[in-house]
Amino acid sequence: MNVLESHGLGKRYRRAWALRDCNLAVPAGHVVALVGPNGAGKTTLLHLAVGLTRASAGDICVLDGLAPGSTAALDAIGFVAQDAPLYKNLPVADMLHLARNLNPGWDDQRASGRVADLGLPPRKKVGALSGGQQAQLALTIALAKRPRVLILDEPLARLDPLARHEFMSSLMGAVAEDGLSVLFSSHVVSELERVADYLIVLNSGQLQVSGEVDDLLATHKMLIGPREQATEATAAFSPVRINQAGAQAQVLCRPADRPVPAGFSVHAVSLEEVVLAYLREPSAAALPGPAMVLR
Amino acid sequence: MTIEKQSESALGFRLDPGSGVPTYLQLVQQVEQALRLGYLSHGDQLPTVKDVVETLAINPNTVLKAYRELEHRGLAVGRPGQGTFIEGTLRHVGIVEQNALRKALADWLHTADAAGLDVDGIEALFTSELRDFQENRDLGRRSTSGARTSGRRPKQSGAVA
Repeated sequence: MNVLESHGLGKRYRRAWALRDCNLAVPAGHVVALVGPNGAGKTTLLHLAVGLTRASAGDICVLDGLAPGSTAALDAIGFVAQDAPLYKNLPVADMLHLARNLNPGWDDQRASGRVADLGLPPRKKVGALSGGQQAQLALTIALAKRPRVLILDEPLARLDPLARHEFMSSLMGAVAEDGLSVLFSSHVVSELERVADYLIVLNSGQLQVSGEVDDLLATHKMLIGPREQATEATAAFSPVRINQAGAQAQVLCRPADRPVPAGFSVHAVSLEEVVLAYLREPSAAALPGPAMVLR
Repeated sequence: MTIEKQSESALGFRLDPGSGVPTYLQLVQQVEQALRLGYLSHGDQLPTVKDVVETLAINPNTVLKAYRELEHRGLAVGRPGQGTFIEGTLRHVGIVEQNALRKALADWLHTADAAGLDVDGIEALFTSELRDFQENRDLGRRSTSGARTSGRRPKQSGAVA
């Protein structure tokens, strides 16, 4: 089953395309990280997925054929927009009361249990909670509707390192417990490797990378060797980026099973290296073949 | 100072993000290390996936992968609905073999020293060679592991492969 699928998806705001020709097929059961610089189209893609905005071109569906924004899709998706949108003037208990009455499948035991575990004082106003606590409260509300997919827009952006760790602990614990799929956008590239097992990279409205993290790490290698031969020797290896320093060149590429050229050594790469290389080379792409995008 | 009790399990995991070792492999290595040092023994329960995930803030699939690898190596066994338990023991190298290995290594160190390598150079050479060795060995394993069914003991699957 695919939690998110799109064909030729595009979104235009007046004249500018925020997202263009986006073909995705994200299988269920993953923690998907959506990465890209500011203005890459991350929020646009998430809003299209939850039905907050309409596509200008192509189509998108969630959870095997559900239209974003349809009742069935709304019931199955938990969405937390940027900056943990909560009613800041309400006390925690009232915020939960409101959420309970707005969500049909509300699991009250789970919500109150989590609030107690987090030590959130029920009478305290939401706006008086710390950033980390607000993020946790928004997550609690999203989880209490027992979604099959959780979509989070920049959940880590305003959190300090400790709050970030605690937020991710809660989120990953929920994934372990419920087996729900998660799609979240993030700037914090260095922390993706431990949580994300599926990666989507967007750059200037174009889809650059889409695939399982294990596959990406297995196929991408750093080849290091003499600078003069680097371009020629690695031409057949789908090079993403060539870094030249002195007499040496570092080539991030996908050598597959081809033999390493003489004089070059092969090194494993981290997810961060892969992400940064693609972000620096907007023209490079690592996307599954057409066979994998088919319905 | 507060002492936090992670769980009732016999082992607490930690992560070294800078090591370059994949997360699941770090977990596998820590179990092996605990077995070698005697912190874990036959029948001990490993922390539940949820426990590990909440302590380290990592993806549950990573923990599952680590536990599968431990089963594959014949060190642990998963019992549905109960958890993962230590099953095997690690082969210890006898004192005689260890001494022989140590002597061979000392001889090699003298050769390297005579060739003009300093301590850092020796370490760099050793680390890089060890990494290549490990990668090749893992590759070899992976290419033969296709025919194996997961959870089998290495000995039995060796006979299959």
